[in-house]
Amino acid sequence: MSSSIILKGGRILDPASGRDEVGDLFLHDGRIVARLSEAEAKNAEVFDATGKIVTPGLVDVHVHFREPGQTHKETIASGSRAAAAGGFTTVVAMPNTSPCCDSPATIRLMQSVIDRDALVRVLTTGTITLGMNGEQLAPAGSLKNAGVVALTDDGKCVQNNEIMRRAIEYAHMHGLPVLDHCQDYALSANGVMNEGEWSARLGLPGWPNAAEDIIVSRDVILSEYTGAHVHLQHISSANAVDIIRRAKARGVRISAEATPHHLALTDDCLRDYHPNFKMNPPLRTEADRLAVLQGLLDGTLDCVATDHAPHTRHEKNAEFDRTPFGIIGLETAFPIAHQIVVGEGGASLPFLIEAMTCKPARLLNLDAGTLREGAAADVCILDLAHTWTVERRTLQSKSANSPWRGQQLTGRAVATIVGGRWVWRDGAIVA
Amino acid sequence: MGADVAARWTRKDFVGIEALAPDELRFVLDEAKQQKEILLGRAELAWPLAGKTVLNLFVEPSTRTRIAFEMAAQKLGAAVINVDKDASSFTKGESLRDAARNLEALQADMIVIRHSSAGAAHYLSHILEVPVINGGDGAHEHPTQALLDVFTLLEHWGSLEGRCVTILGDILFSRVARSNIWALTKLGARVILAGPSTLVPEVFASFDENVTVTHDLQEALAPADAVMLLRIQHERQSSTHFPSLGEYTALFGLNQERLGWLKPDALIMHPGPINRGVELDDLLADSERSVVLQQVTNGVACRMAVLKLCYEASQEEAS
Repeated sequence: MSSSIILKGGRILDPASGRDEVGDLFLHDGRIVARLSEAEAKNAEVFDATGKIVTPGLVDVHVHFREPGQTHKETIASGSRAAAAGGFTTVVAMPNTSPCCDSPATIRLMQSVIDRDALVRVLTTGTITLGMNGEQLAPAGSLKNAGVVALTDDGKCVQNNEIMRRAIEYAHMHGLPVLDHCQDYALSANGVMNEGEWSARLGLPGWPNAAEDIIVSRDVILSEYTGAHVHLQHISSANAVDIIRRAKARGVRISAEATPHHLALTDDCLRDYHPNFKMNPPLRTEADRLAVLQGLLDGTLDCVATDHAPHTRHEKNAEFDRTPFGIIGLETAFPIAHQIVVGEGGASLPFLIEAMTCKPARLLNLDAGTLREGAAADVCILDLAHTWTVERRTLQSKSANSPWRGQQLTGRAVATIVGGRWVWRDGAIVA
Repeated sequence: MGADVAARWTRKDFVGIEALAPDELRFVLDEAKQQKEILLGRAELAWPLAGKTVLNLFVEPSTRTRIAFEMAAQKLGAAVINVDKDASSFTKGESLRDAARNLEALQADMIVIRHSSAGAAHYLSHILEVPVINGGDGAHEHPTQALLDVFTLLEHWGSLEGRCVTILGDILFSRVARSNIWALTKLGARVILAGPSTLVPEVFASFDENVTVTHDLQEALAPADAVMLLRIQHERQSSTHFPSLGEYTALFGLNQERLGWLKPDALIMHPGPINRGVELDDLLADSERSVVLQQVTNGVACRMAVLKLCYEASQEEAS
């Protein structure tokens, strides 16, 4: 295998360095280089990228890889394959594993599996509280030493405001952003879908916007009060977008993400009680969806993140309120985000790529999301015209709980390179 | 029942009222009328379900609905087996899907499902070959209840066009309310939903242009040709929604004094069981205006119609 690769004739799109031009991208010894020597060029592998878009490997700051402890749903190996197939070369794994990542020992265990099995760069996060119980702080300092890039109780949400305040202050000292899944438990008790016309029709308990908005407000206030960076996950409510917009306008260190499903889908998708449309926070109204899209377009929401949440077939094939929340998303993220953000929202392709590469990377101070000279050769090659059908056999994830199952999508990562090595190419994982 | 009934009933399942065309609804009601004649011994017993077995899968407990379905099935000639929540397979953690498919494999010909999960009947109807009849799925629908309610009103009025029916009580958690909203509006009635704001949110007015919401009891009762009381409970799921049964009764209970707010010939309905002295005054429950017991009898006739029609539709599909 050559240590030099020439990606020839594609549209090189690197928002981090402002590069957007058709040309050749040179990879050598796992890094992006400005040029190859004659000898290197002669021995280089040449990949014809004509008609394709060559971007930094995509960055996802919100995935669930279920290892340790829930490996029937996904493993670090299978999750990283799904990432590669989606064009992602750096992902941030959430700590709600079994056991959860509230101790450096669990992080080290995860890291050893990552080192052994991961096809892409998988970064770890630690929890905010011990056992994610919302009551006692997890050892942020030790977790940081073990290598976590952020703290989050994602899946859960610290309800006690004093605990959250102290957690944010303490994490700030360690330079760790705190990521929050914004949900007030009392207001959303038993809620399995958005509270609105559809929940009334379907007879399902609702999870009102207010339950997200209140915690978003809480986090804005605490971020402002402490000067610490708080990142708000999977924003779904129009009101929440508005709160974040006004907070940013006065300089609060808040950032936020939007998922492809909240950009694309609404609560009427639940009309047949299909559990592949059940996630937390839920799909909401068209007004909410449009506000989330507008929020991404105007920078209120900083990046796209999938909240890739695998669940097994038998778990998702049951009465609606018995099924777990969550859908996979790594492999469908780009085509859906492209369809909505560029197709519907009118944004440029560089804008979308920025929201999926350097912007998320910068939020968590990650050395990723760029093709500048000297950067790691983490590359995603996109074909905007490629059509494919989302089905069990075309998905790399161990689970197939996708709302787009059975649908034909346009646009896909047709090749992915991590550290100068091919990991995904021609519709297959490269071992 | 009227001229424009559908030619036939083609659905193997009876999952909800919402998806039905008005004609389909009228067709079932027409069949129920005929079944009532048989039920009361005024017409010959036919045995359309002779040799068949109806399985009552009542994961959420019920006595009156289950007995009504049992009675209906037997009157059609079917054998009945009852499976309830305490059945060991459920306590061993068997999924609903597996339990139902096992029952189908045991050669149950029809399954009546009552379950605490909204969408459970819909779900089973997709995974089972045999007819699935919804006996109540969480807060979603209780379609045979709405059938018998509408049937009872039609016995008194002949038609629902232009009539006003008030449903009073906990609408939010009520499958009876939802099914009735659909049935009543599909047959031309207007519906007033009334009760505390926490249990009767404005969002229900979006169901149909002929549905309105009010928290003023007098406003709700004055135009009503019939008032349907819903059972009020102060259990865990609703304990945050209103302070106490006492307060509910004081504000919304239908008592002798408030009877005067109703039209003189307005009917009083209740799906049962009645919390006497809470949503409905003890004496009123037994008064001439109350059609509660007629509803119960009609419930058997309506379920006979549903069982017969769905079974016959499934046989046509199969052939």
